[in-house]
Amino acid sequence: MRLSDVKSVLNAKVLSGESESQLNEKEIHTACGCDLMSDVLAFVKDQTLLLTGLINSQVIRTAEMMDIVAVCFVRGKMPTEDVIELAKEKGISLLQTDYPLYLSCGLLYSKGLGVKND
Amino acid sequence: MIKRYILSGEDFSIAGEASSSFKAVLKKLGIDAGIIRRVAIAMYEAEINTIVHGGGGECEAEIEGNKITLVFRDQGPGIPNLDLAMQEGYSTATEEIRELGFGAGMGLPNIKKYTDSMNIETEPGKGTTVTLVINL
Repeated sequence: MRLSDVKSVLNAKVLSGESESQLNEKEIHTACGCDLMSDVLAFVKDQTLLLTGLINSQVIRTAEMMDIVAVCFVRGKMPTEDVIELAKEKGISLLQTDYPLYLSCGLLYSKGLGVKND
Repeated sequence: MIKRYILSGEDFSIAGEASSSFKAVLKKLGIDAGIIRRVAIAMYEAEINTIVHGGGGECEAEIEGNKITLVFRDQGPGIPNLDLAMQEGYSTATEEIRELGFGAGMGLPNIKKYTDSMNIETEPGKGTTVTLVINL
């Protein structure tokens, strides 16, 4: 799924400044809904979108270490400007949706993101 | 090549800067992406541990021959029970650290999973030295 599709499904805002065409170029294969960065570091795979209600700088650091393509903050949570700047510096896209974590994951899954077809 | 990093225990928001910096070094050297990912995760976890549990310290990262060696030293309280600390889910992290998304008790088990060898020397009241090796 392209990040532009994620934005549309979650009715999300873009916090990191990318255009629609730039989002269209970013492809993700799966997503992880999690507020525990320790678990993200233990289990997440490549080409992943991280959905979380945490908004501190360690979310971006965790994403950076795991090569996570994009982070979507749920429940309308808004990170501070320095967190957004850190993400931009690392090339990590930031989205924000008003939907809660459970609904966000459910909507993306229902559109086929991360569904195994084997 | 040896890189040295000071890990300040004062400001948790900058935790991860050393790992980020070393990850960039490895990328520039053209190291395999899978190895970079393992080094980055193990180093970040150990960096967080040094800051959160050790009260800060230092990290020495060396690329030599066919391996990468990371050594973390702190003068913190030490690990009272290493067997417990190695168990998934066991953590002594404070509520404040948990609110930041850490302290799930996955740190040391995760470091072990992503490295080829892990050695911990710890003494109560004197500190901890963690040595990690990832083969190239």
